Amino acid sequence: MSFGSATQEATKARWSARAAVILSALRATLSAWPPSRWLMHLVASRGPSGRALAISLPYAWLLVFFLAPFAIVLKISFSEADVAIPPYTAIFGFVDDLESLYVEIKLNLSNYVLLVEDSLYYRAYLNSLRIAAISTALTLAVGLPLAYAMARAPQRWRGTLLMMVILPFWTSSLIRVYAWIGILKNEGLLNGFLQWLGIINEPLAIMNFDIAVYIGIVYSYLPFMVLPLYASLEKLDLSLLEAAADLGCRPIKAFWVITVPLAMPGIIAGCFLVFIPVVGEVVIPDLLGGSETLMIGKTLWSEFFNNHDWPVASAVAIILLLVLVVPIVLFQRHQAARQEAAR
Amino acid sequence: MSNGLPAGPAPRRIYEPWDDSQAKALLSISNVSRSYGSVTAVDQVSLDIYAGEFFALLGPSGCGKTTLLRILAGFERPQSGRVTLDGADMTEVPPYRRPVNMMFQSYALFPHMTVEDNIAFGLRQEGTPSREIKRRVAEALDLVQLETYGKRKPHQLSGGQKQRVALARSLVKRPKLLLLDEPLGALDRKLREETQFELMTIQERVGITFVIVTHDQDEAMTMASRIAVMDRGRIAQVATPTEIYEQPNSRYVATFIGSVNIFEGNLVVEGGKSLVRSAEAGCDIALAQAPALAAGHRVWVAVRPEKFEIARDTTPSGATNCVSGVVWDIGYLGNLSTYRVKLDSGKIVIATEANRTRLTERTITWEDRVTLRWTPQAGVALLS
Repeated sequence: MSFGSATQEATKARWSARAAVILSALRATLSAWPPSRWLMHLVASRGPSGRALAISLPYAWLLVFFLAPFAIVLKISFSEADVAIPPYTAIFGFVDDLESLYVEIKLNLSNYVLLVEDSLYYRAYLNSLRIAAISTALTLAVGLPLAYAMARAPQRWRGTLLMMVILPFWTSSLIRVYAWIGILKNEGLLNGFLQWLGIINEPLAIMNFDIAVYIGIVYSYLPFMVLPLYASLEKLDLSLLEAAADLGCRPIKAFWVITVPLAMPGIIAGCFLVFIPVVGEVVIPDLLGGSETLMIGKTLWSEFFNNHDWPVASAVAIILLLVLVVPIVLFQRHQAARQEAAR
Repeated sequence: MSNGLPAGPAPRRIYEPWDDSQAKALLSISNVSRSYGSVTAVDQVSLDIYAGEFFALLGPSGCGKTTLLRILAGFERPQSGRVTLDGADMTEVPPYRRPVNMMFQSYALFPHMTVEDNIAFGLRQEGTPSREIKRRVAEALDLVQLETYGKRKPHQLSGGQKQRVALARSLVKRPKLLLLDEPLGALDRKLREETQFELMTIQERVGITFVIVTHDQDEAMTMASRIAVMDRGRIAQVATPTEIYEQPNSRYVATFIGSVNIFEGNLVVEGGKSLVRSAEAGCDIALAQAPALAAGHRVWVAVRPEKFEIARDTTPSGATNCVSGVVWDIGYLGNLSTYRVKLDSGKIVIATEANRTRLTERTITWEDRVTLRWTPQAGVALLS
């Protein structure tokens, strides 16, 4: 897979494959986002018609941008690859056998059978879940101390610190991932620096291994972890920690028995926000990982662009969605429970 | 306390270890100071608190009483001075190693734990066996009359119930010292008054030394064995509630506790007796305990409003301990009537009278000329 000219297309493919995932996560965050709540409230306060409009708006959005693409992808997944434009066969056909006219529906299940039979696919799925799980844990391990330090920083520093977390996201993620190549490659900045220090004699093999993918993912998804963590840590009443100390609890233990349980809503939200999109991540494993790094997003990409097998690519996407439905539903439930508790 | 009293019915035992030179203080605070930047929150405070006391730190907000309490809990380090508890130096001991517990103003109940788990928290840190924990938690819940609330979460409790859980949690470890930061501050008036007596009962039952921070003088007067009145980081006076009220040592203390009339004057000596000649009062003031100072020294005489005897007559002024003026305002409080009397010097004096009989018609009314008399025992000379 070469990336030189295809980067734009790659980004597009990445987004279309993950649109469903992102939309659903977005919807959850958006409904909790104050301005959108105010807007809804404003529209709702304008009477019954306003209320209907307010309700229909998100539904219309979901219909157009979520359900319709999903239906199209689902349809393609049941077709056969063909050398045509578009490169798949039709499912629906009109049959006119002189006596009557009827609609013929041909559902081709061989794409799904392939996913089960060819070990490549389920290994890719499992590996994606594994990489997503490990990198979520790593992001949490990095994000928790960071968010904790931010929440405990003097009030006047907090805005600046938050900005520093968010700011890199104003530039293209692709460029930032590319920058990591320059850092991690054998003759890159990191190895050069370590060799200059004399810590290592030969360059560390990071680039094109899973470790580079983890570094890239942790770096790219850190804000999704830090922001919800910061939000729940900042709310923590410090007198609770004093009370714990007063009752004989050492600070380190108090962190585990008071701070972590009370930050749990933020920890759960952050983990879902990282885990769900990372499962379908394509650019980071493609740029930083090696040929050994098997992830479903990459598989989907190569089915689509290299093999031009849209039906199999669609089936991969549908199964990916089904795999992600479990964590997404859990996440939604968690958000709902949180809103319930906050009431 | 037995000081050669005649045998017979046992003398009433009064708890006054602070007057006993043999008594050893449980808690000694010596020359403790703490400042934040240019603000001195606690300034050279020294205090001895005895086992079994219910000690109140009283003062307006910002007087340093909470900082002092937090120093005792270990949340703040004093910049100078020492804190000794039961003979052991506590100054550098972190809060989690002190045999001291605190009841927080906000209660600081752990929101993710049940009432039982909140109370058990301190015991679990000590590694108390679980059967023992169970028994002591039940005991503590019983003490604060919340036996059936153990499984609830803090957000399912009322303010008064939370306050009791906080109390139970801070008592269950049987600390040597219990610190209470405005424990009744968040309760409404009626509940607060009930809880005051309940706190006293609980303190007697458990026998733990209480140090309470409050800005409410009634609370301190009702509950405390002794009160330290604080003013801008310093201790203005430490005494029993009665002494604080009847023998304040400064105008600050006299005016902080209850209402008081203060007459400024100078000492004069007439016929071997010291009097205070006050232009404000328009008379000489005789005192049961006149300060042993040279004539001409400036003193203030404090007289509580209820010590006045108010009468509707027009005795010519000039008599000692007798001022006259015109009734400016009358406040009827049901049990008391408050008279604001404007003296001839222009000073307004407050006098209260208990309404012992049902009031059908006032004997004294607005614009009446009245005299206010008081006994030499009623006035207190203040030097600052």
